[in-house]
Amino acid sequence: MDQHLGMNRTGIDMSPILIKKMMHVDEDIPTTTNGATTKSTIEDFFLENAEPLGSVPLPGTAKSMIKTVIKMASGKHPEVFINKLGERLAYERTGVRVYEQLIAKCLHSPNDLSPDVQLPIDKLEEFRRQEEEHFELLADCLKQIGADPTAQTPDADASGVAASGLMKVISDPRTSISQSLQAMLAIEMADNAAWELLMKLAEDMHMTDMASRFQHALEQEDVHLRHIRQWYEESVRSQAKMAAMK
Amino acid sequence: MTITLLDARGTPLEQQKFTWRELTPKPLSKLDDDAFTRVRVILMNGIEQQVNRFSHMCGQFNPALRYALADIRRVEHHQQTMINWLLGADHSPLETTIGYEQVAIEVTAAIAQQEPDEYLAQAYRFGLLEDFDHMYRYSALMDRVEGKDANNILQCYTDILPGRPTSVEHRAPEDDLREPYDKHATDPISKLNALTIFSGEYQTRDYYMNIGPTFSDPVARALYAEIASIEEQHVTQYGSIIDPNETWLEKWLLYEANEVYNYYSCMETESNPRIKAIWERFLDYELGHLNKVMALFKKYERRDPAEILPERLPDPIAYQSQREFVRKTLSEEIDLRARGTEFVHKTEEGEASKRYREQLNSTGSPSDAVAMNYRWQPGTELAKKIA
Repeated sequence: MDQHLGMNRTGIDMSPILIKKMMHVDEDIPTTTNGATTKSTIEDFFLENAEPLGSVPLPGTAKSMIKTVIKMASGKHPEVFINKLGERLAYERTGVRVYEQLIAKCLHSPNDLSPDVQLPIDKLEEFRRQEEEHFELLADCLKQIGADPTAQTPDADASGVAASGLMKVISDPRTSISQSLQAMLAIEMADNAAWELLMKLAEDMHMTDMASRFQHALEQEDVHLRHIRQWYEESVRSQAKMAAMK
Repeated sequence: MTITLLDARGTPLEQQKFTWRELTPKPLSKLDDDAFTRVRVILMNGIEQQVNRFSHMCGQFNPALRYALADIRRVEHHQQTMINWLLGADHSPLETTIGYEQVAIEVTAAIAQQEPDEYLAQAYRFGLLEDFDHMYRYSALMDRVEGKDANNILQCYTDILPGRPTSVEHRAPEDDLREPYDKHATDPISKLNALTIFSGEYQTRDYYMNIGPTFSDPVARALYAEIASIEEQHVTQYGSIIDPNETWLEKWLLYEANEVYNYYSCMETESNPRIKAIWERFLDYELGHLNKVMALFKKYERRDPAEILPERLPDPIAYQSQREFVRKTLSEEIDLRARGTEFVHKTEEGEASKRYREQLNSTGSPSDAVAMNYRWQPGTELAKKIA
């Protein structure tokens, strides 16, 4: 599944006769149009009248409701924290599945990359396990503050939409390991920044125990990011070298 | 290759079998396959979709046919699955939309030229100029919202130019009905042509209704809502040209014959050998279905299928760029409008459609908005600035 030259038909150079006909339009045929409505007429209306994706779920029990109310009264906003914890939980849960898909792709394409670049399956398995541990950690934290770890928060929803294209690349059997690593890099970079933010947020909330647990997760995510970035760069550069040798 | 409809037996129904692996074949390549391969895949999905719709309705009204309908319908459902799964996941919904409009333009233009009945040919040309404009609007959307070039999908076969403006295509229902052909007098190819275009437009309507709400951009959501409404009008137009006096079994016979004709057209023109083999296999399947339905026709209507079907299939549908024909139609007929079942100059349009359109467009026109001063350039309109 390495890069190769072939009959890609998407550009105009593949259709030299047709493109000439396409570009030559007699004067009696209009090539452009106008009307009374501009694009911003529609955009402005919907931007001004939009409602948010949804709400952060209310704590499910009376006891946790009291905890939340106390925090809100003391100037803290646990709904922001719950929203972000829910986002991270969903992301890490998806991360487990994404690593599983990448591992499956590697197992079925052992010769996909050059002989110099082999993704160590045991390392990928370790990263997968850590993603699962992070998911469990976040579920535990949400329960600790009385929030429901099974709910989908608004930021979890938005970040799930953002990641959907990246996941599509990795799960497509036609994409190469190198293309999948590029998508993984985007996933891990976003993940890394998000853990850093979550740690700061926990510190702001004076949740020192949680902050230190998040610090540990961030250190592991740092390792993921470094490896993915290195493997991705090696995969592309080694392909370029092999192409040059051919 | 000549196909005779009345004595060909095809693959017996009991031998028409699938596995899940077969039903999810390797997709075509968006980048490397010819655009007309995708055109055929999209159209054949629509042909199967419409037969499925017909078959369910037919079963609701004809208890004696229920089992035979269910038996053939199951196979055809799986045929549709195998065909539709040929579209790869790297096609965004908007890229697939460009493919759908390419089908509407190129196939309608080919059919309009082979249609012997001048009134029906006029109806096809009328719809053609509207779908032609949809291509322009969706291409503008793709360029201005996603930053992509629709010609990556079209491969220079199809123009991206304004047609009859979408904002004036909105008509009152009374102006969307046409005179049906007379089942006793019309050429069999006219009946098949009507089913082909009806099926293609119906799936386009349903596709836009399904994917429209999946877009986040407000202009995209509005444009899909607007163009889906025109596709609903087109389904009304093309459904109304079919003689409503045909019996259920006559219609079923024609649907099966039309599937034979369409798979034959695909097989004769396909450039991808793997996909050509699918068309060939399904041509044989459809001959098997036709054979069964001919037997039912004889049994229940006590008539000879030769009364309905042509002995030989007409020439295959021409899967090639119809640019010259489309531009000629554009020059000559862009100002046509519909009044009742007739096509008239825009100065003679009736009040009902004008009022209907004025109401719908009273808070602005999405299709006007997305394409304001848009002119397609290879590589998107941003490429013009660096050229």
